[in-house]
Formats: sequence, structure tokens, C-alpha cells
Amino acid sequence: MEEPQQITTTNVTESEAKGKQEQLSQAYWSLVWWKFKKNKLAIVGAIIIILFYTSCGLFAEFVAPYRLDYQSSHLEARPQPIVFKNPEGKFSLRPAVYGLDQQLDLVARTRTWVVNKEKIYPLSFFVKGQPYKLLGLIPTNIHLFGVDTEKYPDGTAFLFGTDRLGRDLFSRIFYGGRLSLFLGLLGQFLTLVLGMVLGAVSGYYGGTTDILIQRLVEFMGAFPDIPLFMALAAAIPVEWSPILVYFMLTIILVFIRWGGLARQVRGLILSLREREYVLAAKSAGASDWRIMSRHLLPGTLSHVIVIATLMIPGMILSETALSWLGLGLRPPLTSWGVLLQEVSAVRVIRFAPWMLTPVPFIILAVLGFNMLGDGLRDALDPYSGR
Amino acid sequence: MAEPLVEIKDLHVQFEVRDGIIKGVDGFTLTINRGETLGVIGESGCGKSITAKAVMQMVPKPGKITGGEIIYYRRDKYNPQKPPSVVKITDLDPDGDTIRSIRGGEFAMIFQEPMSSLTPVYTTGTHIGEALFLHRLVPKTIGEQMTQNIMAYRPVTKQEAREIAIEMLQKVGIPKPHERVDAYPHQLSGGQRQRVMIAIALSCQPFMLIADEPTTALDVSIEAQILDLMRELQESMEMSIMFITHNLGVVAEMAKEIVVMYMGKQVEKSSTVRVFYEPKHPYTRALLQSIPKVGKRTSERLASIKGMVPDPFHLPTGCVFHPRCPSFMPGKCDVLTPNWIETEPDHWVRCLLYENV
Amino acid sequence: MLSYIVRRLLYMVIMVILVSFVSFLIIELPPGDYLTVKLQQLQARGDLSAQQRIAEYRARYKLDKPILARYWYWVTSFVKGDFGESFEFERPVKEIIGQRALMSAVLALASITIVWCLAIPIGVYSATHQYSLGDQIVTTISFLGLGMPGFLLALLVLFFTMMVLKIEVGGLFSREFQDAPWSWGRVVDLLKHLWIPALISSVTGTAGLVRIMRGNLLETLGQPFVEAARARGLKQGQVTWKHAVRVAINPLVVILTSEALPSIVAGDALVATVLNLPTVGPLFVRALTSQDMYLAGTVLVFIVLMTMIGTLIGDLALAALDPRIRLE
Repeated sequence: MEEPQQITTTNVTESEAKGKQEQLSQAYWSLVWWKFKKNKLAIVGAIIIILFYTSCGLFAEFVAPYRLDYQSSHLEARPQPIVFKNPEGKFSLRPAVYGLDQQLDLVARTRTWVVNKEKIYPLSFFVKGQPYKLLGLIPTNIHLFGVDTEKYPDGTAFLFGTDRLGRDLFSRIFYGGRLSLFLGLLGQFLTLVLGMVLGAVSGYYGGTTDILIQRLVEFMGAFPDIPLFMALAAAIPVEWSPILVYFMLTIILVFIRWGGLARQVRGLILSLREREYVLAAKSAGASDWRIMSRHLLPGTLSHVIVIATLMIPGMILSETALSWLGLGLRPPLTSWGVLLQEVSAVRVIRFAPWMLTPVPFIILAVLGFNMLGDGLRDALDPYSGR
Repeated sequence: MAEPLVEIKDLHVQFEVRDGIIKGVDGFTLTINRGETLGVIGESGCGKSITAKAVMQMVPKPGKITGGEIIYYRRDKYNPQKPPSVVKITDLDPDGDTIRSIRGGEFAMIFQEPMSSLTPVYTTGTHIGEALFLHRLVPKTIGEQMTQNIMAYRPVTKQEAREIAIEMLQKVGIPKPHERVDAYPHQLSGGQRQRVMIAIALSCQPFMLIADEPTTALDVSIEAQILDLMRELQESMEMSIMFITHNLGVVAEMAKEIVVMYMGKQVEKSSTVRVFYEPKHPYTRALLQSIPKVGKRTSERLASIKGMVPDPFHLPTGCVFHPRCPSFMPGKCDVLTPNWIETEPDHWVRCLLYENV
Repeated sequence: MLSYIVRRLLYMVIMVILVSFVSFLIIELPPGDYLTVKLQQLQARGDLSAQQRIAEYRARYKLDKPILARYWYWVTSFVKGDFGESFEFERPVKEIIGQRALMSAVLALASITIVWCLAIPIGVYSATHQYSLGDQIVTTISFLGLGMPGFLLALLVLFFTMMVLKIEVGGLFSREFQDAPWSWGRVVDLLKHLWIPALISSVTGTAGLVRIMRGNLLETLGQPFVEAARARGLKQGQVTWKHAVRVAINPLVVILTSEALPSIVAGDALVATVLNLPTVGPLFVRALTSQDMYLAGTVLVFIVLMTMIGTLIGDLALAALDPRIRLE
């Protein structure tokens, strides 16, 4: 005997059912959005990520006051502090930077730069500077900010200092972010494709295919991630062109990481395969491809989005670590890892600590993705938890 | 001779969640007598289990007892001559010594999911032993007793615990108890696990057994066995049972008295026979009509209660059952809150049909 | 149970053979070989015997033979305990690794101890006090810890100690104990230096383990057997530790062994490189960059071996702890 419950016997036509289903999925997504919006951490994460991808990915040339390879005469110059003063030394709302003077450091026996508080260069916004092509298309020379070189010919704006070749670190961090962040996205996309396809095939067909794919995943799992990364990356020939190295590195990262995703997708497919609606589609004679693309893969989507978001930071960090060790990207390519290569000597940390500035940027990006992914995980499962 | 064991007076349990307050139990009054079986029946989510947990002073978070009291007339298990003391369970610290000696020792509970109510890493013997070490005392040897006037007790030893465990397993009908005492939960079937749960519960000779839908997850044939077992043991141990279920058939077999609950309130209470043959509350009637009966024409549809269980955040005004009630009186039921009244001797009901309004 | 172990061992042997071959392929992958570079270096230095010595190497490692022959030679001598010779250091690989293995193990043990001693109680606290202020603080900090990779943290620590505290933290010994023989003073000196790298390399692990422990325990605390244990009259603390934690912690055993054993060999190579520690990790990195193939290959194989042994031990330990698996 069952609990008393309402009995509804309605003859719904198929179109009605479909409409109802759409309504339901709409309700699901609005619930997801509602829950996501309430999670402040996730919103902050999303904003961080969007800011990073627009400022580094799309508009690095505009945000950066200098070109990527522009070598100024200021070698290893310290960051110029931002002050709110006009050139006469009075308070002003317009930010300005102090100038730098070269000085002989008798202890380190090198020439170093010291801040000269007499020299004050006001920063201008939307200032004319070095020419570039916006989005690779529109030629322009307007930068987000900089020192107006027409008024102050020897004025410089090295907010984060310069490296040994006199290149502006601020500009290089934004250019470097482009490669690092794009590698994360591209690598994750390829991982997703490979992992979903192999995971779905493995879960849906089962049998020998499944065993083969699972053994392969297991075998790859026997190698610990980082040492395998390093070993494979070390095998990239030195004489390859930088672009080729970049793609090869992405492929190595993908190659090592698809297994985990494939396994998760397989598990999801296995549980979805036995659901009534899939069995119904099967008995109605739908093709394997249709069942897979219409019924199974969409069901795994929300899980996969979450896993993918949480995996991107790992991608970015792997690139950073490999490049930092000298096993990944190499100059002239500029990524966050390449920027950190210069910090591998203790001397640099002592005499040019500003070279560590990329570190907070990397951490911020990683945190952004983690916060976003965590928020998505909570939101995409709106019927659970709090 | 009915001697009260537990009195629940106007109990209120509320759950404070982000979206508001849910009244899990809303003014529940009940007396459980010694040695009798009381059936509590209602739909899922009507507050049956929460009431039971309130008696154990273990309302799950974020629930809180916000009003009323639960009084327990406590007898000393090992000194029956002593007059019972009055314990107010609602005032006890939920993790304090008093309530913990009552839990398991004097009130034992068995649960709905026998499959996962045993800790998977411990044997049945360990489970029973755990309860025994906490609650069971055995008389000291005769030599020691000679020197004292009253009976003296001491905790059980490991060896004794094992013997008692085997004895209990035998009592609840587990085959080969000598081997099964070392079995892990996953090696037992669902029915056997529920038997083990009963063995644990009864191993400390409690005054009351709270059975929270103990047979819902079991097959019908196993269900009958477990019910038989509970009845048998109750008779031999003079124990009260608070039997919670949504299954009218089961409650008819077990209980002497029935309370019907709807949305945290009791709506009808009487002896089992009366509730089944002269139901007063429209909800009770509807429940009874939804039981399939043998011999009826099969073309006839089973009656169901119209409408849905109301949203707990927006309870209907007046009588909470009025939107689904077949005897709905407009202007009355949706305005006035019915009272708990005794319409006939020992037949209580909460319905405006029986009030002069 | 015995057949299970035998099956696992057989499976492992097959895996080891495959893995060793793949490892060999990976270290053979770089085009050109180290000896060519070495030859040029030696000749540039004016070493007249260079040609001859290189030829000796080639003959010894059968570098002119086909790949399978080289693999066979490598594997057979590996099994005999001869891991070949490092081209860069011109010394046996065994000796070079042996020198650093002890420090690697000490560091790994220290950081594993820190991870587990911190993560389990914090995770339990966080789960039993879900949504409390403490839980939120723990969640936030573990979040930060997860996003903070060890080597970046090490860089920041290095910067902080150098610029703010004005002390040097690199290495595991002070200068006077660097090459001194073992003595009480040297042990104390080691402990003085050890805690910083151990702490740094345990941050990510702790954060991860806290989250896993919290999640597992929350799931377990929702199980009926926890409520049943409480209804038996157990204290809240006993319910939590004896029943819930005991069940929730089981799957973590696999994490412990499968991560701990390989880390004893190579540990956190990146952190060790930043802090300039005399462990195997930085050696491995260096060998990879300079394509010192026998050194790199040996370390790689050891890491993989340890991972596999660790997983095996973990599975066996899990079976011992969890009757559901033991009595399949």
C-alpha cells in the first residue's frame, strides 16, 4: 500500500510534453542563475575572469603603455610610485609618477635607479603613444594611460619597473597574460573535446572499447602529473619555432589531463544511459549519434562545465611552472611563466624584487577561476545544499 | 491500569531556514502509557518523525523546540520500588548525561533505513556491545551482595557483552547467532539488519521503543515477520511502543491507539477500532478510503485525496486541511482554527464539523 | 583476499614493464643527444682525449644500436641495480641520487606529517560546525591555499624573508654544517631549516585534504547510522569520531599512500628548486633541462614505481580498514 497521493491521468500530446520540458529546463536555468547571483564570491570570480580576459586577451595593446618588445634606456629600473601631485608638487586629483635617476651603487657595484621626488610626471589617460593595431585590425596609437611625451619628452611610466633589457614590466604582464590565459582556455577546450568524446564512447558502447579506453586512462594515471609534464616538455626540440612550441605545450597539457575528465564523463553517461528517457529514445529507434548528442551529452553538460572551470587554473599553473623552469615557453614568447624565468636567481629577488609582480596576477587569475567554478558547482546543482 | 510514561504537551518544533520558518510540529499533545502501543500516522512530512526525535531530545538542525514540554515519568530500572521521578526532557541538554542515559537505555529507537542504520565498519556484536557498555548493568556476585542490603550492579564485561549480543541475536531470530555476531552490516540482508537494529534497541531493556517507519524499506513478507517479532518482544518485556508509519495496514495490526497527524498537528485520536470504523475527521476518512480493499470491483478507482500537501511556508488560514477537504464549509473552515475536542469518550478530533460555530 | 593481492601484483608487473618502456621513450625523445653537446664542450676546452671518451660512452650504452637493444640493456642493468652514469656529473646515477634521497625523504615525511596533523582536525571541525564562522574562515583559507601553488608561495616567502626579515632561508643547512659529518648539531641545524620548506610544500596538500575531509564527513554525518549511534546514547564526540570520522576517513588512506610514497623520491620539485634544497627534485629538473638521460630516466621510473606501489598499499590498507571491500 502506498502513501495517499494525487493521481493525475492526463493525456498530454508530444508537443505539450516538449513545451513542458522546455518550461522545466527554463525554470532550471533561472534557478541556476538565481542561485549563482546570490553567491557573492562567484560573482567576484566571474568579474575577475572577465576583466582578465578583456584587459589581457583583447586589449593588452591598449592597456599597456608600452609595446611588448620596447626596450627603454632604463635597465632594471624600480617601479615609479604613483602620487597625486601636479608638477609643482601641489596636491592634484590627477595621478602622477615620480621620475627616476641613475645612481652608482657602491655595495652592489652596479648602476641602480633611485626615485627622484623632484621630477613629477602627470599621467594622462587615453594618451598618444607607440602605434599598434587594436584587436589586430584598427591602427591607432591611443593607450589607456601614460605620460604625455609631447609635454614631457623624458617622462616615463614604469608602474611595475623594468627588466634587465629595460622593458616595461606592467606592459609585459598584460601581454604575458594573453598567452597564459589563452593557453588555459585553448588547452581546456581541447581537453573537454577529447575527454567528452572518449568518455562518452567508453560509457555508451561499453565492452572492448570501454576496456581499452579505461586501461589507457589508468596507464596515464600511473605517471604523476608534474614529472611527466616536465619530461615531455623537455623533449620539445629547442630549434622549434615559438608558436610550434606553444601549441606543442598545449597539446602535452591536454594529453595528460583528458583522462580524469573522460572518466567522470563515462561515469555520468553510465548513470544516464539507464534513465527512462534514454531507453524510450532507444526503443523509438533513435540512432546512437542522436541519443548521444541529444540525450546523453547535454545531461553531462552542467557537470562538465564545473569540472572544466576548475581545471583551467591547473592548466595555467602548469604552463607557468614549466616555463619558469625553462622547460615550457621560451622568449621571445612572453607568458607569465616566461616573465618569472628572470626571478630564478636569488640575486634578482634581492636587487630587483619588483620582478615578482606577475605572481599576484597569476594567483588572482587562479583564485578567480576557483571562485567561479565553486559558485557554478553550487548553482548548477540548485536542488541540493543550502 | 494505564500509567503514563511520556506526556507531550503542546509541542512546537520550528525549522529556521533561509527562506523562512517551517512549523514542523505545531501544537502536539499526546500521552504514551506504559506497556501500550501507540500508532502515529500521517503523510510524509507531517511531523511524525520530528515528534519522535523530540522525545529523544535530538531534533535535527536547524530545528528547535520552540514551545511546549515533554514530561517523562522515570522509573529506576534497577530499583523498581523507588517512586518515579519526573524528568522534563525538553529542558535537558541535548548532549548531557541524563538524556544520554535515557537514549538507548530507556527509550530506544529504530529507523526507517535498515540498510544504512548500522555503521558499516563495525560488526553486529560491536554495535550491541556499544549499547550494553553504556546502559546495561548486571547484578554483582552473590558473595558481594551479601554484604549489602540492596542489589548492587556493575557494568558488563566484554565477554558478557558478547554473550548478551548472541542471546539478543537469537531472540530476534537471526540464524547462527554465534557466527552472525561477527558479521558486518553489508553481509546481512535488509530484514536481518532491521532485526539487528531491534536487537540493539532491546538489548538494554528499554521502557519504550520508538519505531520510525521500521518496515517501510522492507519486503511485505519480511515486514510481517518484523511486526510479529516486535509484538512478541513487547509482550515479553512490557514495553511501550510508539509506532510511526504512513501505512494504515501496519498500524491496524500493531497499535491499540492511533493518532492521526496532518501538517504538524494531530487531527484525530482514538482506539484503533474506532478510528477504522468510525473515523470522524475528513482527513482520516480520506486516508481510509485510499486503502485498496480485496473483493471490491476492480473497475472502481481508488479514492485519492484531492490537491497537494500545502507549501510549508504559506500554510492555509483556518484549518490547514480546508483546501483539500471534501466537507469544506466556506466562511468557517478558512477563517476559524479548529480546537482539539473530545466528541465522544476517548475520541478526540480537531475539526469544525464537531464544533458549534 | 590473497587472490586479490596476487592479481594486483600481476597487473602491476605488466604496468611496470609498460611504464618503463614509455619512460625510456620519453627520455630518448629529445633529438640529438647529450654526448654530442658534451663532445663539443670537451673539445672546446682542449681536451684531447674527448673523442675517445665519448666513443667509450657510446659503446657502453650501445648508443649506436637500435632502440630496443638500448632499452633492453637499460632495463636489465636497472634491475641489477646499475642505473647508468650521469653524463653531466660523470658519476654513477645511483651515487648522485643516493646522496640526496635521505633529505628528500626527511622533507617529504615532515610535510606529510604537517598536512595530516593539520588537515584532519580542521576538516572535522569544519564539517561538524558547518556554516559557522569558523567553518567559513576555514573554507576561505583552504580556498586561498588551493589557489596558491607551492613554488609561487616559495618565491613570495623568499622575497618576504629576504626583504622584510633580512634572513636567508635557502638550503637545508647553514654554511658550517653543509658538508660536515652527521652530529647532533647538524640535526638541530637541519630542523631549523626544515620547517620552512616543509610548511610551504604542505600548504596546497593541507588545503586540498581539508576540503576532501570536510566533504566526506558532511556526507557521512548525513547518514542514518550517525543518528542511530546518537540514539543509542553515545556522546556527540564519540558519534563524530568513532562512527562518522572512522567511516569518512577510509578513502583518504589511498590518497595518503599514493601521494606520500612518490613524494619521498621527488617531493615537490618546484618548491625545492626555488629554495635550493639538496633533494632529488631539483636534480631531476636539472637533468631534464640538460638532457642527462640516465639520471632523468632513473628518477622518473622511481617516481612511477613509487606511485604504483603507493596505490597498491593504499588499496590494501583500505581493504584492511573497510570490511565492505575486504570481504568483497
